[in-house]
Amino acid sequence: MADQADFSSLAMEYMPALYSAALRMTRNPSDAEDLVQETYLKAYRAFGGFEAGTNLKAWLYRILTNTYINTYRAKKRRPEIADVEDVEDLYLYRHLGADQASGLGRSAEDEALDRFTDEDVKAAIESLPDTFRMAVLLADVEGFSYKEIAEITDVPIGTVMSRIHRGRKALQKALYEFGSDRGLVGAAGDGR
Amino acid sequence: MGEHASEESGPSGLEGRPSGVAGFVNCDETVERLYYYLDGELTEERRVEITRHLDLCGPCVDAFGFEAELRKVIANRCRDHVPQALLDRVARAIEDEGARPGG
Repeated sequence: MADQADFSSLAMEYMPALYSAALRMTRNPSDAEDLVQETYLKAYRAFGGFEAGTNLKAWLYRILTNTYINTYRAKKRRPEIADVEDVEDLYLYRHLGADQASGLGRSAEDEALDRFTDEDVKAAIESLPDTFRMAVLLADVEGFSYKEIAEITDVPIGTVMSRIHRGRKALQKALYEFGSDRGLVGAAGDGR
Repeated sequence: MGEHASEESGPSGLEGRPSGVAGFVNCDETVERLYYYLDGELTEERRVEITRHLDLCGPCVDAFGFEAELRKVIANRCRDHVPQALLDRVARAIEDEGARPGG
């Protein structure tokens, strides 16, 4: 049992992470703010049932995720299918590598990564279908374990692994396409 | 994807070695487990196998290094500034909720 009086001092520190996740999920600052406020209110009301000492951040994410699915996703129901069957492993690494003249040294691909801006990365994540987007956010942005993500999203761990794997492929493809559109990466690069 | 070992003829000494034998894994098997490795979700036995391969295979080390770097880039470039108005709004909502009879 957790004491409601402790809620703010314990939970408020997670707001930056929750707000970023809410922005990526809703793709809209006004919806993101509403989603975060609703999450905190629900969490506050339910805090008596939170087991002190367990993972508060994961618990808050679970509420955020459920609220998003139940409220915001229902608003704009559209089938979202990402076809990643043709995306090979190491997609971005191989494509960035193939863009560079050979013999540039091993960090050419790593250097190419530096050219992506915050906006590129955010836009690429936001372009992913819901289930992949959430899996990638929870795994790669927030660093939750497979088991934690399974609990947060309420799906079996095998499904979580498949979503993360496919989501990462789709993200790499999206990043490469955003980068190509902006001329950041592509055959024209001279490696610098 | 088996080109790592053949490109780097020699250092890993894995060519022609049947996979899965005596704790040796080839490049394909290593890349297949890349995410599980970086996610820290492999069993200790598997992790040691992959680490042993990485000790000997430059191309796989480069690929793993890139994926690890990409992970950092994704995490670091996805942060947003929380508007003060939102902080105030949430604090007020919780205060109001706490002040409600029976709340």
